[in-house]
Amino acid sequence: MTETYYEILRRQGISRRSFLQFCSLTAASLGLSEVGAQEIARAMQAKPRLPVIWLHGMECTCCTEAFIRSSHPLVSDVVLSMISLDYDNTIMAAAGHQADEQLEKTIRDYKGNYILAVEGSASLGNDGVYCMSGGKPFTGKLRHVAKDAKCVISWGSCASWGCVQAAKPNPTQAVPIHKIITDKPVIKVPGCPPIPEVMTAIITYLITYDRLPQLDAQGRPKMFYSQRIHDKCYRRPHFDAGQFVEKFDDEGARMGYCLYKVGCKGPTTYNACSTVRWNDALSFPIQSGHGCIGCSEDNFWDKGSFYKHLPTILPPGWGGIEATASKVGLTAVAVTGAAVAAHAALSAIKQTRSQSRNDKLAVKE
Amino acid sequence: MKIEKYSGRVIEGEGPVENIYVYEAPVRIWHWITVLMMIPLVVTGYLIAEPPLSVGGEATFIYGFAWIRIIHFSCAMIFAIALIMRIYWAIVGNYHARELFLPPVWRLVWWRGIFGQAAYYLFLRKDSDSWVGHNPLAQIAMFSMFVLGALLITVTGFALFAQQWAWGVSWMKMFGWVHVLFGEPQAVRTVHHLTMYYLLAFSIVHMYMVFREDIMGKETVISTMVNGIRAFKVKEH
Repeated sequence: MTETYYEILRRQGISRRSFLQFCSLTAASLGLSEVGAQEIARAMQAKPRLPVIWLHGMECTCCTEAFIRSSHPLVSDVVLSMISLDYDNTIMAAAGHQADEQLEKTIRDYKGNYILAVEGSASLGNDGVYCMSGGKPFTGKLRHVAKDAKCVISWGSCASWGCVQAAKPNPTQAVPIHKIITDKPVIKVPGCPPIPEVMTAIITYLITYDRLPQLDAQGRPKMFYSQRIHDKCYRRPHFDAGQFVEKFDDEGARMGYCLYKVGCKGPTTYNACSTVRWNDALSFPIQSGHGCIGCSEDNFWDKGSFYKHLPTILPPGWGGIEATASKVGLTAVAVTGAAVAAHAALSAIKQTRSQSRNDKLAVKE
Repeated sequence: MKIEKYSGRVIEGEGPVENIYVYEAPVRIWHWITVLMMIPLVVTGYLIAEPPLSVGGEATFIYGFAWIRIIHFSCAMIFAIALIMRIYWAIVGNYHARELFLPPVWRLVWWRGIFGQAAYYLFLRKDSDSWVGHNPLAQIAMFSMFVLGALLITVTGFALFAQQWAWGVSWMKMFGWVHVLFGEPQAVRTVHHLTMYYLLAFSIVHMYMVFREDIMGKETVISTMVNGIRAFKVKEH
């Protein structure tokens, strides 16, 4: 018989107190009530462990690195027992044919009842030769495993949007996994990497409620991607006051002013960093003095400089990297103004001429 | 005086020249509200994109940049409400209230008017025709630059305003589709910003043309937007 999560945790020496602590913490981060914490506890004690298959495409493993460092000590235990997984290229003990066998066995034994978590994007270029796994293109493996999965989670910006390898000119034709898996809903958990607590909370939600969390229009769980970094930022009062960092070494930077003018992407980025924070809620990029780079937004690599408030809007070679909306717009307005002035001058000449002609005609009459 | 159907061209020589009531009060009020609102909107909008230098002091007691944004949002709401009322008036108002919204692109006389008027502005024709409402060229410019521009800036503006709510909540429920349509919020922001320059360019040309027509054209223009009456300058023979 398959063990429940609780049994595994107990076997690993986790006390019941810590277990309940984990349940309430996770319930809180999911925005659930006290009842939610109880439901989570009940589910973890009663339901058999849901196998997770964790595939790696084109990625840097930062999602895994973040995941295994979930801040609360228990979280990483839960994580590791959840994904002591039946299959994960990076942290499993098996290798080679053994690993492949394990994968096939999980798909067979838990048909339609395992979670597929994908880290990294797929490559379509040259029939997918840029990303090979076990001697075969990754896209094929992805389709194969996704076919019988209960649900699909795309970890990180690679799997959700394509991230850096899909940035222009995208030589390997990297695509997010929802372009490959089209017949199943994909839970996108973007971020480079996503917040570890967010990752564990989403898996916990899936176990507890046996259904997908509410997703927003872009397929991200609403509980973590509903608000902008900007709206929950602890530096927001400086934004409202109009106190901005102009340069990274100025007085404003030392005073902890708003990083809006040095290119903080907080106002356009939906993520939970400013509330959940990182490393045991120790800090997050803005708190350490660097603007948000918008790593959980689609296509963030190609939106111009991380350190410029307005992105370049013209293609390369058309006004350089400084062609912001302001500059392009002001130039267009100036050109319009000049054209109007020129037209006005010509009109004035015409008016004067016809006036003098009229006068001459009048004289003749 | 006879008026050509669909183009609004005045055919002289038939009957006496009359003044015509063109712009009804709601149209005129909307016009001047829009003018009044656009000035602070452009100024505050530019400042939001290019914020002024910081002021020192305790952030708790300063609300400078927030005021810029509040003025922007308030004026934008008035601009938008006026625009909605204007669209309503286009439905219930007189023929000229519809001119901006429905250029009769399927009418040949109207196209003839466009080319004729363009030739006149390029100094290829000595004289322009007289028009009761907008001349066809002005009409297409109003439609493509002002009407479409104003709708675009209003919709993108509402979408940016909606970002303070979660996806699927309140304003975001109504305008979240804009972000989906444009792909990402930054694109909405950039389009909103660029549309301002589009409207600014329109305003420059609009003001120039209005003054030019008032001086060189055959009918009143500026006073028409004040009292609604189009008067035709009658040549003294």
